[in-house]
Amino acid sequence: MSTVAAGPLAGKRILVAKPGLDGHDAGAKVIALALRDAGAEVIYTGLRKSPEFIVRVALDEDVAAVGLSILSGSHQALSREVLEGLRAAGAGDVPVFVGGSIPPQDRAALLDAGVKGVFTNDTPLEHMIEELARALA
Amino acid sequence: MSAQPKGAQDAARVATPSGIEVPVVVTPDMARDPGVPGAYPFTRGIFADGYRGRPWTIRQYSGFGSAEESNQRYRFLLEQGQTGLSVALDLPTQCGYDPDHPMARAEVGKVGVSLFSLSEMETLFKGIDLGSISTSFTINGTAAIIYAMYLAAADKQGVPRARLTGTIQNDILKEYVARGTWIFPVRPSMRLIADSILYANAETPRFNAISIAGAHVRDAGCTAVEEMAYTLANGLAYVEELIRRGGDVAKFARRLSFFFYVHMDLFEEACKFRAGRRLWAKLLRGRYGVTDEKALHFRFGVVCGGSSLVAAQPYNNIVRVAIENLAAVLGGAQSIFTCAYDEAFQIPTEFSAELALRTQQIVQHESGVAATVDPLGGSYYVEWLTDRMEEDMRRVMGEIDAYGGVVKAIEDGWLQRRIAVRAKERKDATDRGARVVVGMNRYRHEEAQAQGFGEVFRLDPAIAARVLAKHAEVKRRRDAAQAERALDALEAAAASEKENLMPLLVECCHAYATVGEMVERLKRCWGEFQEPVRL
Repeated sequence: MSTVAAGPLAGKRILVAKPGLDGHDAGAKVIALALRDAGAEVIYTGLRKSPEFIVRVALDEDVAAVGLSILSGSHQALSREVLEGLRAAGAGDVPVFVGGSIPPQDRAALLDAGVKGVFTNDTPLEHMIEELARALA
Repeated sequence: MSAQPKGAQDAARVATPSGIEVPVVVTPDMARDPGVPGAYPFTRGIFADGYRGRPWTIRQYSGFGSAEESNQRYRFLLEQGQTGLSVALDLPTQCGYDPDHPMARAEVGKVGVSLFSLSEMETLFKGIDLGSISTSFTINGTAAIIYAMYLAAADKQGVPRARLTGTIQNDILKEYVARGTWIFPVRPSMRLIADSILYANAETPRFNAISIAGAHVRDAGCTAVEEMAYTLANGLAYVEELIRRGGDVAKFARRLSFFFYVHMDLFEEACKFRAGRRLWAKLLRGRYGVTDEKALHFRFGVVCGGSSLVAAQPYNNIVRVAIENLAAVLGGAQSIFTCAYDEAFQIPTEFSAELALRTQQIVQHESGVAATVDPLGGSYYVEWLTDRMEEDMRRVMGEIDAYGGVVKAIEDGWLQRRIAVRAKERKDATDRGARVVVGMNRYRHEEAQAQGFGEVFRLDPAIAARVLAKHAEVKRRRDAAQAERALDALEAAAASEKENLMPLLVECCHAYATVGEMVERLKRCWGEFQEPVRL
């Protein structure tokens, strides 16, 4: 509710995005609320956004990080498209995090592709915030 | 809000996950006599003979890849003794995109089967007599289209429509709140739902044209009490719309059905169903003067698992599903779907899917819970908790009414925000350990976390390519002029607001018009829903 200026992510602008057609947004909203509680300025895209749209918003809003929430099993393709889009636009240094329903065996491939971190529903929010704070320090 | 979900298991205070404080012991003076099953207000069940007269339907959700693969899985499940089919559709079909649409790429055939046109529906049920099975479609944004396609497939098989049984979910209100496969704005969507229900009542009297679902809002974070309250509020919104359209509530209410999640608190879940069943009957009788017993019947399906399943030590989920299965049976469910233990992180394998089916069969045939109607009836705790939950459900429904009703609450994003806040509370309680999840935040076994997850399901990457090829083939082979005429007629009728769109959708399906084409025409008339993003 309140826009806290303090916290481990104070002053950071973070995009939380839902690529593809997956409609499960509880996780994305929980993350958005947690990031805001940690002091970040959060931009949430809403559902069903194309990777192109997400890249454009990331650039227009000059965000410090992008979080993708995917529970449809399409995390590999969609994450890659966002990563490539950012690179092509010269914003390859913007860290991309992925959360959602990610089978453990898919984690390594996502990290190899350039994803900075992978979170699932059993990741405590505190750990996620710490990892983000480290990455964005 | 008075009831904060706590779930804290401290010695001084114990509360259910919905935040109802549980007494150490419930004494006879605290509980009421629930009456008999099969009689108003149906606390103990809608049938006097419970499962003795009719066992619940074992209905496993499956469907993936192309229609051919799903057809094989259905035949396998039917051979294994499953009694109803439940069709999972891929996201492009659910959101109204053809497989070749840019938004569909990466999602074709992923979380369910692609049914882009009648050709796929025909393949899906090849060798399966539509007159002798009951089919449930988890479909909402494009429910009217998929229902029309099912009718067209039955026409082609030569099965009289009156013999068709099954359910389409067709509950758009909860899509705006939780599941996200909305397409059109709320009001035209309500029209489409009324069209399909009124048409179904006349054409397929044994088919449920709506399954008003709480499962997804629950999954999104709300409590058991809120799940039931939001769902009944949505149910009343549909009732109002159907009455406005000239429907006879005593008739159409007979075909309304419901769908819920069941989580781990055995008694709260069983009582949720008992309280909801009673409350629905009271609301229909009190507000609309419905007296027909069948119209007052609260019939519901249940899914066990979902967000209560965890990836940590996944085999523990088998035990969770069995307990939830019991809760659903003790609550009097008409049909049950048990999730596979690996559902928390992947599409179930044939092994895990069979295990989920066997779980239900063990509960049904070995446990003895189905031997007598409502075996919990008369338990002091159960009757007390049922009463408390009904009270709380009424309170939550009152809050929605006070805001201005469910449609307004959704259009404004008020309800969505409420659920998001609840989800955050649940996550925080889990992180703190106040909500215990064995193997994850309590008794965590680090070595076991690193172990394998059993067999891994891998979708054939060639499936999407095959679906795309079939899509092109259908468009090439069909009578283009016939498809165009059917689509034109649909668009004209959608603009007029007078006509029921169902016969026109059936015509479009017969002409092999695609889901994407039909949706595109409707979007031209109605536009798209603009999601209110309120955090």
